[in-house]
Amino acid sequence: MLKQYLNVLLLVVVFLTLLLTGLVLASSEPAAAAPMTANSSIPWWAWPLILFVVTFLLGIVAVLGGVGGGVLFVPIIGGFFPFHIDFVRGAGLLVALAGALAAGPGLLKKGMADLRLAIPVAVIASSCAIVGAMIGLALPAKVVNISLGGTILGIVVIMLMAKKSEFPEVKQADNLSTALRISGIYHEASSGQDVNWQIHRTPQGLATFIIIGVMAGMFGLGAGWANVPVLNLMMGAPLKVSVATSKFLLSITDSSAAWIYVNNGAVLPMMVVPSIIGIMLGSIVGVRILARTKPAAVRYIVIAMLLFAGSRALLKGLGIWN
Amino acid sequence: MATEEQLAYAKLLDIGMKAGLLMLVITFAVYVMGILTPYVPVNDLPNYWKLPVKQYLEVTHIPHGWAWIGMLGKGDFLNFIGIAFLAGVTIICYVRIIPILFRKKDTIYAVLAILEVLVLTLAASGLLKSGGH
Repeated sequence: MLKQYLNVLLLVVVFLTLLLTGLVLASSEPAAAAPMTANSSIPWWAWPLILFVVTFLLGIVAVLGGVGGGVLFVPIIGGFFPFHIDFVRGAGLLVALAGALAAGPGLLKKGMADLRLAIPVAVIASSCAIVGAMIGLALPAKVVNISLGGTILGIVVIMLMAKKSEFPEVKQADNLSTALRISGIYHEASSGQDVNWQIHRTPQGLATFIIIGVMAGMFGLGAGWANVPVLNLMMGAPLKVSVATSKFLLSITDSSAAWIYVNNGAVLPMMVVPSIIGIMLGSIVGVRILARTKPAAVRYIVIAMLLFAGSRALLKGLGIWN
Repeated sequence: MATEEQLAYAKLLDIGMKAGLLMLVITFAVYVMGILTPYVPVNDLPNYWKLPVKQYLEVTHIPHGWAWIGMLGKGDFLNFIGIAFLAGVTIICYVRIIPILFRKKDTIYAVLAILEVLVLTLAASGLLKSGGH
């Protein structure tokens, strides 16, 4: 375990060294003539560096709190960093995408994420994410911040009130899931048993993913917070299958939305790369220390952070707290 | 418990994800170390990252869509190789499983996989431009 910590630490040191080397080299160049006044006392390199540190911490907290990267990234970075919300959303989608791509192979191989469950959902969610992304980029920042703030506060309510069902009772699979052969078996490590599962309310669940897809694209949030309750509570998939399939599903939904942001210029490498690397390294550390933390306590910290960040976005949009 | 197509998808996703992340780290190093001059000077970034994207594109004269391919000689745009690869790896994984699904006569899922490839390709094409604000 110490060796794994050292490996992560080494990666962090290498990355910071690269960033610091860059600033030393950049600061030795003559200053470019800026088209607009830029009298900030903070040098350009400070923000990507702070971003890396913050996303590293977010990565740890996200794993411990059982949330995805996007739902923390967008409101917190959008609320407290000088980046425009257009770029924050583009980065947020790529951050959530990178996390999902990293987790996907392991979850699929173990049979925790189910491809048959994900594929029909993904067609709907990814198509609607495109629509959401295009609408989102067309909206003024004020409207985005107000909507984002309201959505984040709604997510807080969902997180506080939604129950989770480890093994929902699905008396009979519905016709659609039977026709699509959406069912499975996964190995539950805690009991050592194989769990057979099936789902119901498939048409209703698929319809709900229309809304989820649009919101994912519009706000760059990644949508894991919505995927899990729908898969678990509405459609009846076991909690672990829902969480794993949701994580995998993000890689498809967020790919489609991310392309819209990339092709419309709303992706800045100086924001995206430190964020992706920060959150992924943080996630590795979070997984390592997960066993030793009290998940409930961390979850309440996450909820408090979202409450604060969501309020900030709402008040920013309303012009009350700029 | 994991089907043939699920394992094939996972295997390719693993390789693609690692390759994409490695590309990102290398190209970002090239960028921050100034090995290739960026299109937007790094000292000017704070002027631009606070702007709405439409205004940002206007003042920097950066074209939309896939035009970044012609700008790979610039340190900042070089990073789009890794970004595009990560955004595109899912398409490659879907293409990988389509023949497996057809071979297993799982026609509905093969068609759904083709649909997904079409959706993602449309998103990636650059044909869908947002109106901006």
